[in-house]
Amino acid sequence: MKKNTIFTISAIVVLFLFLLYASHNFSAYNIRILNNVAIFLILAASYNLINGVTGQFSLEPNGFAAIGAYTAAILTLTPAQKSAMFIITPMVPWLQSVHMAFLPALIVAGLVTAFVGFILGFPVFRVRGDYLAIVTLGFGLTIRVVSNNTISITNGALGLKGIGNYTTLWWSWGWAVLAMIVIMRLINSEYGRAMKAVRDDEDAAIAMGINTFRVKMTAFVTSAFFEGVAGGLLAHLITTISPTLFTFFFTFNLLIIIVIGGLGSMTGTAIATVLVIWGSELLRFVEQPMHIFSLTIPGIPGMRMVIFAILLIIIMIFARDGLMGQKEFSWDSFFKFFKKNKKLAK
Amino acid sequence: MLKVKDLNVYYGVIHALKGIDFNVPENKIVTLIGSNGAGKSSTLKAVAGLVKPKGKISFLGHNIVGKRAYKITKQGLALVPEGRHVFVNLSITENLRMGAFGKKYSELKPLYKKAFDMFPILKERANQKAGTLSGGEQQMLALARALMSEPSLLMLDEPSLGLAPKIVAEVFDIIKSLNRGGMTILLVEQNAGLALKIADYAYVLENGAITLEGDAKSVLNNEQVRKSYLGEI
Repeated sequence: MKKNTIFTISAIVVLFLFLLYASHNFSAYNIRILNNVAIFLILAASYNLINGVTGQFSLEPNGFAAIGAYTAAILTLTPAQKSAMFIITPMVPWLQSVHMAFLPALIVAGLVTAFVGFILGFPVFRVRGDYLAIVTLGFGLTIRVVSNNTISITNGALGLKGIGNYTTLWWSWGWAVLAMIVIMRLINSEYGRAMKAVRDDEDAAIAMGINTFRVKMTAFVTSAFFEGVAGGLLAHLITTISPTLFTFFFTFNLLIIIVIGGLGSMTGTAIATVLVIWGSELLRFVEQPMHIFSLTIPGIPGMRMVIFAILLIIIMIFARDGLMGQKEFSWDSFFKFFKKNKKLAK
Repeated sequence: MLKVKDLNVYYGVIHALKGIDFNVPENKIVTLIGSNGAGKSSTLKAVAGLVKPKGKISFLGHNIVGKRAYKITKQGLALVPEGRHVFVNLSITENLRMGAFGKKYSELKPLYKKAFDMFPILKERANQKAGTLSGGEQQMLALARALMSEPSLLMLDEPSLGLAPKIVAEVFDIIKSLNRGGMTILLVEQNAGLALKIADYAYVLENGAITLEGDAKSVLNNEQVRKSYLGEI
């Protein structure tokens, strides 16, 4: 086994030991934040695969997360719960009777979303650039309207309630680690290089004999699968979902994360996810009423988003490539950094 | 090797290529010369499958009209696009690797060696990003990358574009030596004088139609060509 693989495995072990400690000693509030970080890590990493690595600027993750969340929730709810909840229009019978455990429900949610991604890919990848962003944005909006109006499947604007609170630290971080490993391995494969080639110059990639449609589709479907799973995890964390959860701001949050982390860098995404998700909890105090000496400032809800918007502007001016640019964290450069510092200390 | 008959290309209502015929025999350098907008690049793009043409293109005896670009490349046709188009964020090695897309890992080593022997400058900078190379070096990389697929026909679109005269001479020397090694080359050039000096056969394109063809030497001595393309009065 290579040295770096051992380091990576030990880092994962350390992560899970930390989670073991956290699950016993942390407050419910902090555990909730940790779960959120993991789920947004899955979402952001898979979003970065299509946006940053393959360079196809798209705006659909809210749609994919919604499909995953609804699929997983419908599958884990018991038939009795469903018949109690669908008061306006009864649910479609075959969905009413279906019931699954958490893990198969998540996998089905991922597969359904991946399938939708596959179908969506055909019209989407006929266009490039700005048009691609517009088409995918349209898809994200459509999904919200559809989930609002297919009342016999989604219960419309009433949403789904009483979803089992199954998402533990183990589920969320287990999937996050799995998603990171799969995506990183994909990026470092022949296909991953082809994705980067498509990002740099699609025409040249075609001339090199790369089937660019298939490359883009692979990135899109992989991204859809994990976004679907993350949607399922999210549904079982907050236990109630409704169409209003999956607005464009959902996508916008992810966009902030991947831009801060660096388009095309997965480790950058991981750092940015922690910063943004955890940071937005830390920043809650700015929305409280404040007393500075004799000055009283009333609490302004939404102040946190203002701070993030300013942060985004600052990053766009001073560090356009984000925290990591397109680089990845690697053990070699990590140790090199420390060796250099040691030499300097001498 | 390459036989093109009645090739037409349309961009919307614009009829860019109006039924041209040409042949590229094995082991020869054939050049298409012409001014801006004559249809030179469109011809190469049509052959490579990057635009959809009408007409007949037969490559090594197979019809390739309407086939997708990546399939045409797999049959042994490589295009060095106009303006180089290297992958700026990939390293030089990765760029070369993309040229050999689909080849097995075990096949790569001798190909790398061949590329680095031919272009020593690329070996020095193997792990540098291609975007950090100069224009001439990028042209070398684009050439080396195209050769990684071991093509039987190499198509070059304006290899002299935006390069200093000294570098242009270097690039053309390499093209000539590739041809001596048995490579068939279809060269599209605005710099007619240079192209005609190294080519065996030449076609002159004007407004999407071929107006003159012949041995490169006879075209070079043609009065009309000397006036229009070589700037002699």
